[in-house]
Amino acid sequence: MSAPILELRDLYKSFPIHNSLFARDRHVVKAVDGVSLAVRQGEVLSLVGEPGSGKSTIGRLVLGIETPTSGTVWFDGVEISALPRRRMRPLRQRIQMVFQDPYASLNPRMTIEAIVGAPLDVHGLARSRAERGRRVAETLRLVGLVPPHAQRYPHEFSGGQRQRIGIARALITNPDLLIADEPVSALDVSVQAQVVNLLLELKTRLALTVLFIAHDLAVVGHISDRIAVMYMGRLVELAPTRRLFAYPAHPYTEALLSAVPIPDPTLERRRIVLAGDIPSPLDPPSGCTFRTRCPYALPTCAAQVPAFRELEAGHFKACIRDDLSLQPAPGLVADQTAPQ
Amino acid sequence: MGLNAELLDVRHLNVSFRSSAGLVPVVRDVSFRIGRGETVAIVGESGSGKSVTSLALLGLTPPAPACVVSGSVTLRDRDGSALELLQLSDAAMNRVRGVSISMVFQEPMSSLNPVLTVGAQIAESVRFHQGLDGRAAQARAAELLDLVGIPDAARRLGSYPHQLSGGMRQRVMIAIALACEPLLLIADEPTTALDVTIQAQILELLRSLQDRTGMAMIFITHNLGVVAEIAHRVLVMYNGCIVEQANVVPLFRTPLMPYTKGLLRSVPRLDLAGLRTAALEAIPGQVPDPASPPPGCGFAPRCPQCHPGLCDASEPALEEVEARHLVRCFRWAELP
Repeated sequence: MSAPILELRDLYKSFPIHNSLFARDRHVVKAVDGVSLAVRQGEVLSLVGEPGSGKSTIGRLVLGIETPTSGTVWFDGVEISALPRRRMRPLRQRIQMVFQDPYASLNPRMTIEAIVGAPLDVHGLARSRAERGRRVAETLRLVGLVPPHAQRYPHEFSGGQRQRIGIARALITNPDLLIADEPVSALDVSVQAQVVNLLLELKTRLALTVLFIAHDLAVVGHISDRIAVMYMGRLVELAPTRRLFAYPAHPYTEALLSAVPIPDPTLERRRIVLAGDIPSPLDPPSGCTFRTRCPYALPTCAAQVPAFRELEAGHFKACIRDDLSLQPAPGLVADQTAPQ
Repeated sequence: MGLNAELLDVRHLNVSFRSSAGLVPVVRDVSFRIGRGETVAIVGESGSGKSVTSLALLGLTPPAPACVVSGSVTLRDRDGSALELLQLSDAAMNRVRGVSISMVFQEPMSSLNPVLTVGAQIAESVRFHQGLDGRAAQARAAELLDLVGIPDAARRLGSYPHQLSGGMRQRVMIAIALACEPLLLIADEPTTALDVTIQAQILELLRSLQDRTGMAMIFITHNLGVVAEIAHRVLVMYNGCIVEQANVVPLFRTPLMPYTKGLLRSVPRLDLAGLRTAALEAIPGQVPDPASPPPGCGFAPRCPQCHPGLCDASEPALEEVEARHLVRCFRWAELP
């Protein structure tokens, strides 16, 4: 087992909400509520959850765009959450980000060369214009584009090609860690498959570690080594991909799996439709925050926050009920899968 | 459920947009029928013409000369009269929209007016079409919110869109669309902007509303998983035309057109999750630009089964190869 390249230790991030201009009592939203997680060198770890579950905030904390309220972020043995900007900068070229919206994340007035080459300028990595051009061309080829594309503008490209440009921009500094925040959710299925395959290929070729943030469990299942499921700022389950799909241990994971639409009109399935929406993060339920939507909740679930504990090697959950037999992902027979 | 009683008959629908390059055809020779209580899904990638098709049915495409629509769309209305929608005056079309046919759009945030309460927005529809006065319209609005499963409906009437979650807003959109109990609901990617658990709720809601009211639905989506759950019949669109049309089970069990097969294979499968052997099968390349379509079959440049000299020479016709199963491909019979 390889060493963690990224470690989150008891991470909290809350945002103050001002109800009125002169409000004295400030409400806070706990976006990330005590998350500890280690991402190993060379793996793809996915953070899954509904919007507002805190998964994107974790991405931003790792990049240093946000500072944690408490807790620490460690990258390659260095505590980066406390570093001054000046010292963070050289590390940041080793941590790069791919954004969700390939339309909004590329400046329409810049050529592809300027967009993809920008990180080289920021970090002073190209000694000459010629070197810069050469590295841009190289990186474009890496993501399946051709060097003549460098002189064009973003509007000349389709959504899938734009996402390739976004990936090229992230890869040009030779990062060790890639944070991909919903990189395929804005794309059509056929193109989504192209981008997922590209990310997997690049991961192997460049020995990348990827923190993949997404809400689509089917896509996540294809790309991840391990999956962490989040709900209202907390981790509720963490397991190797195959294990999570075959033996989900948290009721929220079961509901997420059962809600994925399956392209088979004859499949018989027992769907768990969760009642209601995610509760307001301003006023979260006591104890287990999922209990208000959980079909298996007991009165004791309100009493205290369930511990995030290890069930078996590498499989963690935050739920007090061990007496449940939850159903696996639709179409997957649990018994066919030996535990990993 | 009288699935056979015909509600809508679309024949040879063509839509072209005028651009600097001349008239660009974006929907070409689209024909299909919908029975009462039937759900037809239109599937395809962005740019395949599926949304423009639905806008043309409602007369919502830009006016001529920017946009040219031809063909016929016949609606069998409540009183049994046949309305030729493309020939109707604006005033007559306004009586069809919202009353006989209504629409739910993809983005629930940008489709609602942010400065009006949801109650006012729902009541507007019933006041306009059914002539209800203020109080009766409010009561009807509360009833509709209740119907779409919003708890504490009467109090919610006073909420503004920003106070509601995405799933709630989409329910409000559906409530507005259902205000006059339409014969046909057109839903354009109604769940794409929502999370899976909320998407499951909305699909469940639409299905139960259909059982209760017997309305027909046109469901536009690129998610084949959603299609499998909600549709009776499926139209696959590519490059502005229908390339395959079949009932839902044969379409998923025995797809004939290589494009449909490719779309089905590119869907990530939960049962293969975590198995590294199974890379997703992507369809290489991208949808052609309608202003400069490839010669012959529009899918030929991306098709793994393309036969040079045949597929890129002329465009295949849409033929009915089995009962109610139509395909546009020269080679469907010889392909595995």
